[in-house]
Formats: sequence, structure tokens, C-alpha cells
Amino acid sequence: MTMKVPMTEYLRIDLETEKWECRVCDHVIAPAAGNYKEGLLVHNRDPREIHPPVIDPAKYRYTFCPDPDWVRILEFCCPKCGTQIETEYATPGHPPLWDMQVDVPALKAQWASRGPAMLPDAGPAVVPGRGHAH
Amino acid sequence: MKDMTTGGPAPSAEDMKLIKKFLEDTTLFLGPDPEIMQNHDLMQRSADEEHAIANVPDTHTIAKIRDRLQAGCDEGYEMVEQMGAAPGAKWGDVITGIYSASGDLAIASAGGVLLFSSVVHHPIKFIVKNWMNEPTVGVRDGDGFIHNDSRYGNVHNTDQSMILPIFHEGRLVCWVASTVHEGENGAIEPGGMPSMAESPSDEGLKMSPFKVVENYQIKRDLLTFLQNSVREPKLQLEDMKVKLFACLRIKQRIEETLKTDGADALISTLRLTMEDVRAEVKRRVSEWPDMSVRTYIIQDSTLRENCVVKVNCTLTKKGDQLTFDFRGSSPEFTNRATNTILGGLKGMLSQLFLCYIWPDLPRGQAAMAPIEVITDPHSILNCSYDAPNSQSLMSIFTGFTAGQHAVAKFLYSCPEKFTKVHAPAFNMINTFIWGGVSQHGETLGNLCADLNGMGAGATSNRDGEHALAPIFATMADIGEQEVNEEDVPFLQLVSKKMTRDAIAPGKYRGGQGYTMMVATKDSEQWGFMTTAQGAKIPPIQGLFGGYACGTYPLSKVQGVDVYDVMLNEPEKFRHSIEEIMNEQPFEGARYTTHHMGMGFDISKRGELYMISQGAGAGYGDLLERDPVGVVKDIEEGLMSAEVAARLYKVVFDPATLAIDFDATEQARADERKARIARSVPYAEFVKGWNQPKPPAHLPYFGCWGDDIETLYMGSPDKTRRGDEPKPNYMVHPKDVRIAELEARLAAAGVPGDEKQ
Repeated sequence: MTMKVPMTEYLRIDLETEKWECRVCDHVIAPAAGNYKEGLLVHNRDPREIHPPVIDPAKYRYTFCPDPDWVRILEFCCPKCGTQIETEYATPGHPPLWDMQVDVPALKAQWASRGPAMLPDAGPAVVPGRGHAH
Repeated sequence: MKDMTTGGPAPSAEDMKLIKKFLEDTTLFLGPDPEIMQNHDLMQRSADEEHAIANVPDTHTIAKIRDRLQAGCDEGYEMVEQMGAAPGAKWGDVITGIYSASGDLAIASAGGVLLFSSVVHHPIKFIVKNWMNEPTVGVRDGDGFIHNDSRYGNVHNTDQSMILPIFHEGRLVCWVASTVHEGENGAIEPGGMPSMAESPSDEGLKMSPFKVVENYQIKRDLLTFLQNSVREPKLQLEDMKVKLFACLRIKQRIEETLKTDGADALISTLRLTMEDVRAEVKRRVSEWPDMSVRTYIIQDSTLRENCVVKVNCTLTKKGDQLTFDFRGSSPEFTNRATNTILGGLKGMLSQLFLCYIWPDLPRGQAAMAPIEVITDPHSILNCSYDAPNSQSLMSIFTGFTAGQHAVAKFLYSCPEKFTKVHAPAFNMINTFIWGGVSQHGETLGNLCADLNGMGAGATSNRDGEHALAPIFATMADIGEQEVNEEDVPFLQLVSKKMTRDAIAPGKYRGGQGYTMMVATKDSEQWGFMTTAQGAKIPPIQGLFGGYACGTYPLSKVQGVDVYDVMLNEPEKFRHSIEEIMNEQPFEGARYTTHHMGMGFDISKRGELYMISQGAGAGYGDLLERDPVGVVKDIEEGLMSAEVAARLYKVVFDPATLAIDFDATEQARADERKARIARSVPYAEFVKGWNQPKPPAHLPYFGCWGDDIETLYMGSPDKTRRGDEPKPNYMVHPKDVRIAELEARLAAAGVPGDEKQ
């Protein structure tokens, strides 16, 4: 059986195919030796939509909102299931980072000696409770 | 003329010895020693240590002695915390430690600011190198040394250390030290951390390590000089005594160990504790995946003006070697105080590992010892002797966050973890620094302990905790404001109330920050300052699809006496920044907002200064957040119902907050589809997004993209090479404003008949 190593909350590397995969929908994203972001979709988010003004932007210069001319939020999502895999608070125009540059042969060697029993069990499965008890 | 720099035979060993002696005998000034200041690894084993380890190698004996010494450090810590006069001391911004005879920090107290302690090995090594054999100084039983100048090894000059050598039968066996965030130090602004400092000469006391205690007595002449140099002479005396007596208590515990087990057991314990931790760190690192992780954090001000200051980090792990490469970070500012010495950054990274990654390891210098740190020279993270650094926390903390963000991406796949994977904590000291003459006629200068109330980042299995602890001291306290108010002439009219909607969303949300509103009451000579970044750009990043916090400004209401309002028209007072600023309930008052770098501002009775602590970062996709958790956040006042519904796509009854789970599932499925619809493939996106240089509208400092060799210095056309330092002056913000206004006058045709 091929071993798949969970690398982040939503990404794993298939050691046999040497691909980044989505842990939510199994979509094959990109070569593991490369930048996984190249296989994702990107949205340039106005930070005011996520961090709303606490005080009136019509009256004040500083409002608890990040300045959209000074910073943007790059939202990276899986093209198949739409899970938001990564965010990057970026200076406008700054190239997105290749944030995880993995040495794939070393990863394979490391896990060959460990075996699948050592794989971390933390996963993305969320089963919301349906009660409203508090 | 003959070239004196080349040619001719190389000097012999004897000549070199003579040259070295000549240089030593004629050194005019013993400044910070680069050999000491750039090295954070353990010193080589000394002959004494070799001998001791050969005599006492038994791990059980060593574990027993280590526990005794740890208890001694903790006892000293408790003494300083209970007796210290500085507000920082009362709330845990202190630490004690035991250092090897060569100066390495072997054991630090379990509570307190490890960062403080992990830089004190530098001044001890300075003492060992320069004062031990200096006939006019010397190091003897009963001596004590004081130190605060960060350039000789400190976080910032507001911290003061008392350092005692411990002798046994005439032989130096170790050192003990106690460090406190004292606050006042006679700088250009009260409170010890001046953001207005434009050179080291504006930063107050500059104590290189010197002897201030002989025969266990503080020398009164030197004490008086120090008291005369600061705004709080009684604080200076009291805390020097407290630190001295804490050191003496630890000395007593060491002497008990020496009596029962002998000097070799002590020396072996100190050395092997450090060597074992160092080896264990390399083993743990080897379990991480071989990888490079890149991130950057933006400082959005120098505390004097808004600008974009990059802290650039590539963390590379290969085998058992871990390397932080901070090259490409902003150049140092020649006349701004937000630079740090390299030792401060390393100390904070040490804090990262021992508080957030491997908290089970003994606290000391050894955990960071095998980890490499690379920077550019004269960088904001490795500043020169001539650069001010009184606000070094801005760079130390953003450097820490870069490290915390990067490390999480290594830890996720690692089978053996010692903590949960953690999104970045909030990292700014959003608090009020204050000073002036109190209601008791005392001259004071210090700060509110709310700097300790940073929101924690979310982890892989739960929300971040609110106001949990500062990143620099995981066991500190945010203090009793009412106790503080007995000494100072202002009140916190609103304190520890969560700031609604100042959120960091995610599958698990960040711990939130709380509101502080202060107003002077009983003094006509009192003022405040704030020293934080993050009013335009969040100072942290989110993790694995989670979001960072928002931004946090300073709000002021002037032209009102809120104490009169509360006496005569109490119904007008509001208890949130949101209500006061949006409703403007006080007629005739002026309502303004500012970035968080407010220089010392003399306040009038009843005028409001309002800020908020910040939230730690969120973890994971917010559409995976349990809807019950979302509604709980609404009920607890963390988030408004409108924001919750819009962001988290939870459908609920606005009156009862009863959740419609089926509708929520549908709304979230729709949002995932909407994401896909509004997003574009990466290759297409970067074609429109990527720019070759920083945008012209931003004063940008640091590298751009992958080219770490070119550092921008405020505009797309002004650069320096990373390895070639250049001055980097900023214009006084008032001069900038005057120039703007003069240009407007000229444009309006106002006659320019002023003589030039």
C-alpha cells in the first residue's frame, strides 16, 4: 500500500506518485518536489471583508481594518472541493511564496524507516455537533 | 610610497603575540566584543568541566542536583516577583538563572522571561574576558556586577541584570544572575522604551557590565550615580537590592549542594545539562522533514511613521541541522529605535522552542545552541553599535512570529510532537506606557501589565485562548489594575473587555484581545505613550487556511472630561471603543484615530486614550468551524451576529441564535462553490499579480520576492546590497508634514516672500 504523509491540515504527499494531494477530496494537486500552490486556485481578497471595521471608515483613518492598499489576503483553495488550504497576507504585487519546498527523496527515506504506523492521525475531519448546549 | 598592506613575510607567532599584547595594552575602549556577541553556542568544555564530568558522570546524581538548582532558581524568581518594585517584576517579567563558570546559561527559573536570561551569557562572558584579570577591577567572592546596555547582550536597556560570581574554596564554579524589566532608565521618554530615540544617546542608562557590589554590599557612590540618572531613584535602589538578595538566595542553595555533593558534582551537572539538551535538540530536529519553509512578517511602522518593513525568513532543516535565514529583511534604520541586536532575536527564538515547541526541555541556553541564524549585516535584526534599539521588541517579536509560523509547517507531519501544532500568537505590546508626577508627588515612568495580555494562536485541536500570556513569558500575569491605580493618577475606565469583531477567524479561531481605556485623573503632569505596530497591516500570519488578526489603532477623545461626564451625565458614557467612536456621545469633543506609535503625550484630566490587545491567529478553513462554536462567540461578545453569519456561513435565528444546521451545510457548500468560481488558477493569477519591484505608493524596506541580495530602502529606486551596509535615515514626521503643507501653500499661490 502506498504511504501518504499528511504535511498540513489539508495537504499530503503520496510517496509513491510523489504528488501533493488534497486531504479532503483526494484531488491530485501538483508534483511534491514543486510548489503546491501552483495546483491551487487563488483569490485576491480585500482584507476589509475578513477584518470588518469596528469604527466608522467614513469618519476615521484607522478602523481596525487592514489597509487594502498596503496588504491583501491571498486565499488558496482546492480546485475540486473549494477547501481553503492556505492564506498569505501579502504586500500588493509581492510574488506568492513557495512556502514548503520539500526534499522528496529525504522524505521517502525518512518514512521508509518509520513505516505507516507512525503516520500522524490528526486529520481534517470535522463532525459538528448538532446540539446547542451551553 | 610603499604599500604597507601587502608584501613582506607574514609575522611570526612571536610577533603576533607581541602585536596582540600591544593591542590589548593600548585598547582605548572595551566596546561590545563581536566574538562574544555573535556566538550563541556553548563554550568549549573547560579543563575543570572535563575533570568534573570524569568524576561525576552519574545521571541520577545529576538529575537530583539539577532539580535542587532548578528549585533554587524558582525560589529566587519568586523573591523578585514578590518583592520587586517595578510593575514588570510584580507581573512576572523577571527571571533568574545559573550560568557555568565560562558564562553559559545552564538553568533558568521555570517562570519568567527566558528571553531576558538567554542574553545574559554575553555580559558574563565580557566580564570573564575583560575584568577577571584586570587589576583595576577583578572578580572576587562578594562581588556583584550590574548591566543593562543591550549592545553588550540584552533585549533592551529597560532590563537590568545583577550578576554574581560563585566561588568555592577560592575557585570560580559558576555565576548567578537575576534580570528584571525595570521600566524607567532615564531615556528621552519615560518608561525605558523610547520610540523617539534617534540614536543610542537618547536611550538613557548605558551600563556596560561593571562592579557595583563588593562584600555583598551595593556601593553607595555608584548607586547614587545610577539613581541620579533615572526618573525613579527609589525604584533603582529597591530593585537592585531585590535582585542582589535573590542572587544570594540562589547562592545559598548552590552552597548547600556544594556542601553535600562537592564542586565537581555541581560543575558536571551544569555542563551535562547543557550538553544533553543540545544533543536532544539535534535528535528532535532530525525527526522533522527535510524542507525549506518560507514566510514573511510585515512591521507596518517604525513607531514614528507608517511604512512596510519586511522580516524575511527561510527556515531550512537538513538532517539534524536547522537554520534560520533572515537575509532579505529590512536594513537597519539609522535613526529609528525598532532595530535589534542579533542576540535579542536569538533569545526570542530560544523562547519559541522552550515555551511553544519543546516545553519539556530544561530551560537554558543549550536548546538554541545548535541552531544556526543567518542575517545581513546592519539588518533590522542584527543592528550595528551605532543604531538605536530601544524598541527592539518590534523586530524581536516579528522575528519570533516568522519562526513560529515556519516551525508549524515542519511539525505537522512529525510523529513525535511535544505540543500541539500552533498558529502564531499575537505579538505586539499593546499597552499604555506612562509617566509623570503621580497624585503622591512621585516622579514615575513605567507601563501597564496589559502588554502580557496577548491573544494566543489557535492550535490543531482548539481555539486560541484570550489574553493568555505574552509570547515572551508564558507564565506571566496581566496584573491587578486596581493595585496599580493606588500608585498612578489615572484609571482604566474599561479594562479586560473583549473587543468585538477584532477577530482572527478559522476552523479554530485565535484568542481575542481586550479593550483598554485610560484617562488621567489626579495629576496635571502625566502622559501616555503606545509602542506597537499593526494599525495598517496585521503583524502575524494565519495557519493552514486560517486568518491572521485584524489591525489595532489608537483612538483618542480630547476636549472632554469623562470624570465630569460620569458624575453629571453618567448615561452618556459608553463601554466600548466601537460605541464611543461611532456614537460620539460627548458634545464638543474631538475624536481621532492614530497608529500605535504614539510618542509621549501629555494628557489632560478626563481625556480618553483607547486601545485594544490583539488576537492570535486562526487555524484552518473557517467553513469547518463548528457552528455551535460560532454562536458561542456571538453570545460571548467576541463577534457580532452579522459578521458571524457573513464570514462563517452559519444560518441561525437572529432572535434566538438557534442554528439551522441543514441550511448551514447548504450555505457552506454554496460558499465552497463560490470560492472556486471567484478564484483563478495560480499560473494565471501571478501573471496579473506579480510585480518586479515594490509598489511606488509604499515606503517599502527589505527584499522583494526571491532576490534577497537587493534590499529596498523606502522606494523602488533606492536600494542597498544585503551585504553592503548603508545609512538609512528617516525624515522627522513633522518635517514631512510641514513639507506637505508648504507644498499645498505653494500650490494655492500663497506668496513665498519669506527670506531664505
